[in-house]
Amino acid sequence: MNKPFATVLGASTSLSNKTGSWRTMCPNFANKLPPCNATCPAGENIQLWLSLAKEEQFHEAWKVMTQSNPFPAIMGRVCYYTCEKACNREQFDGAVNINLIEKSIGDIAIANHWKFENVSPNSGKKVLIVGAGPSGLSAAYFLKMLGHDVTIFENHIKPGGMMRYGIPRYRLSNSIINAEIKRIEDLGVQIICNKRVSNILNEIKGFDATYISIGACLATPVDLETKESPDIVNAIDLFKELEDGKNRPSYLEKKVIIYGGGNTAIDAARTALRLGAKNVKIIYRRGINNMPAHEVEIKEALTEGIEILCLRTINSINSDNILVDKMNYDEKLDVLSKSGETETIYADSVIFAIGQSVDISVLQEVKSIEISEKGTIKVDKNMMTGEKGIFAGGDAILGKRTVTNAIGHAKKAAKCIDAYLRGVEFVPNIKNKVINFKKLNTAYFPKDNRITVSRMPDLSFDERDVSYSDQKIIVESARCFSCGNCFHCDNCYAYCPDNAIIKHSDGSLEINYDYCKGCGMCAAECPCGAIEMISDDSKV
Amino acid sequence: MSSATLGNKSTGKATVQSDHNRPNTLTSGHRACQGCGEALGARCAVDAAYRATNGKIMVVNATGCLEVFSCAFPENSWGIPWLHSLFGNAPAVATGVAAALHRQNREDIRVIAQGGDGSTFDIGMGCLSGMFERNDDVLYICYDNQAYMNTGVQRSGATPPLARTATTLPHRSYLGNDPQTGKDIPKIAMAHGIPYVATASIANIPDLEEKVSKAINIRGSKYLHVHVPCPLGWGYPTSDTIKVARLAIQCGLFPLFEAENAKIVSSTIIDNLVPVQDYLILQKRFAHLFGKNGPSETVEVIQSIANANIEKYGLNGGIINE
Repeated sequence: MNKPFATVLGASTSLSNKTGSWRTMCPNFANKLPPCNATCPAGENIQLWLSLAKEEQFHEAWKVMTQSNPFPAIMGRVCYYTCEKACNREQFDGAVNINLIEKSIGDIAIANHWKFENVSPNSGKKVLIVGAGPSGLSAAYFLKMLGHDVTIFENHIKPGGMMRYGIPRYRLSNSIINAEIKRIEDLGVQIICNKRVSNILNEIKGFDATYISIGACLATPVDLETKESPDIVNAIDLFKELEDGKNRPSYLEKKVIIYGGGNTAIDAARTALRLGAKNVKIIYRRGINNMPAHEVEIKEALTEGIEILCLRTINSINSDNILVDKMNYDEKLDVLSKSGETETIYADSVIFAIGQSVDISVLQEVKSIEISEKGTIKVDKNMMTGEKGIFAGGDAILGKRTVTNAIGHAKKAAKCIDAYLRGVEFVPNIKNKVINFKKLNTAYFPKDNRITVSRMPDLSFDERDVSYSDQKIIVESARCFSCGNCFHCDNCYAYCPDNAIIKHSDGSLEINYDYCKGCGMCAAECPCGAIEMISDDSKV
Repeated sequence: MSSATLGNKSTGKATVQSDHNRPNTLTSGHRACQGCGEALGARCAVDAAYRATNGKIMVVNATGCLEVFSCAFPENSWGIPWLHSLFGNAPAVATGVAAALHRQNREDIRVIAQGGDGSTFDIGMGCLSGMFERNDDVLYICYDNQAYMNTGVQRSGATPPLARTATTLPHRSYLGNDPQTGKDIPKIAMAHGIPYVATASIANIPDLEEKVSKAINIRGSKYLHVHVPCPLGWGYPTSDTIKVARLAIQCGLFPLFEAENAKIVSSTIIDNLVPVQDYLILQKRFAHLFGKNGPSETVEVIQSIANANIEKYGLNGGIINE
């Protein structure tokens, strides 16, 4: 040491003092699961595609969306966005408008003729799919992208299933359905329409696996005393009749009663209104808050002038009137009972929308396939029925009957079928822990209200085409908190009192455990909760 | 990006601290406690000065935590010319350094003197006042953690009213540091008529960097007062240093302002005003003010100080009445 007394060693010599040895708690970049992703029935990586959308990388964002969902434009219209209910920003200044961003990017994709790129080599395996609804089409897409040949048999004259025959056109126009199905056909998926499968065993020869996605197309029969006069129709039959191009039914032009409380009931009511009904009432047995229909749909129906008569059941249908029992409903115990009071409601026609069931006749010959008490096809954890190689999903199995759920089933089933065809065991991805609002540091997010746009259609069958402009997609996407996932804000790097976070020239961040004393400031000041403090035993 | 984080890309105002090539004038391996606000404040301030002068700075350090933890013989955490003499004489030594540079026509090299609140408010006050009245060409930065921390948390002239320190232990009717004591150093600095006085906080690094960059290139005496919470002396978890600093600003107890030539020219408006209780309750040094029956009336004393600050410095967007 060649220095005068009390002159310290050279500059920055304290680097030899590895203060990391002080640490008892240890920061770790954890990449937690955002609640939107966690709740999405299709398992979309919403947080990731929002982060791309905010950088104006719409095509990249669309590619991420379509890894989990081949129908962004459709889902941007008909999905009931559980993601937005789960969005942590909802507790701050309003959820990110995920649904409308998805719709807007889905529309950009159609306008620009973006295609799926299939890079998987052909496996030589063939899969039969029965039913070209959302689940069947999605399964076809996922399987084709995994390298398998896919053929779909469809009973109706057009593919689309409930997207076409269950959802009214004012919510989803045919051009969108056609464009997004065409994209799947362009991959080389063969869709054979007008092909009714009566016995599955006759069809599966030559195929290595089968996916049953026949939906729930039978209207649940109603056990009621009815006399002839009012026209009675099932909602799904009405939708099919309208869709397959027949004349508009004239019987719906006066007073119409809808029986049921789900989305189909609301769709039927709003359809009747558009067909010229003068007066539309929905009869539902529980309270309005207990209706299974989506709250936005209920609100829009009420705005359109549809009356909802709650706590009532139909007792009998007579020549031009309906006898209705008033009900008592105990919300806590979910118990319905007749109050003893009745009333009479006049109606010219009645539409039943009290549920749909699965047409299991197609499987009748396969004894090994079990049917649940609710009439749905039983599958195991790998989506396989009792018959080896036959899988099932969508509305035909037990679960929430939404398009998004149908896509989610298809995604999982495709992975399971792929594993089955390759002779390996399906191993589900391990999910990270979901990050909640309390784990975020919102001091870094200025209040910035959601860009709301009314998507309420007018009283025609034309869809109201509402989209964000490119600029609004960017602004709204940028509202994403990026929950649990580092978005390179550099707070940890800037705030570390020990310079123990290294920022590389490409912006990536790394913790330098040589010097990290474990104070936890990085984790506390991380806006999105991407850093967690763990016990030091497991690290370094 | 709609977030106001330190690497804010959308505003084009990324901080020096978020730059992957930042100078790190105070490097790793120093012996500051976990979660030290002063270590962070010093790196931010000196890095900003380094960047604003293309690295042409010299630093004179008073005795205190910062000096002790950054140069435990024979190691040194500083990557710039750095000098320590005594507790009380940093401003005088800096004056000498500036004079020597002037003599050598090397005034492009800028001089910083820095210390904690002990050396600034108490022990070095005479030298500091002398430096100010002579308007020597030095930027003096005080890192204020409101007590003598490295000797065991004894009271200083910067200790806030009703705070517990080792020498102001609450006992019976005595509720900690007497509200009638202490001094307002930024005002004393302003009273010398020096060209620039400002306050800053580690909870607002963009603002801190801007003030340092401005001050370092002004000729004459400059004073910057940086609020740096101390987890050990104040009694809060080490992870909460920024949170505590942020709440001090948001409740009005630590106003951010700039003064030029004895006149306040701007202040930072509080966009999310909180009661002082939110700030105090996180810190064990104020725990005696919060009994089982909720906050004692004395919290109102502190609230009235915050209210007066809000009024005086226009922290609610009003005019500055000072």
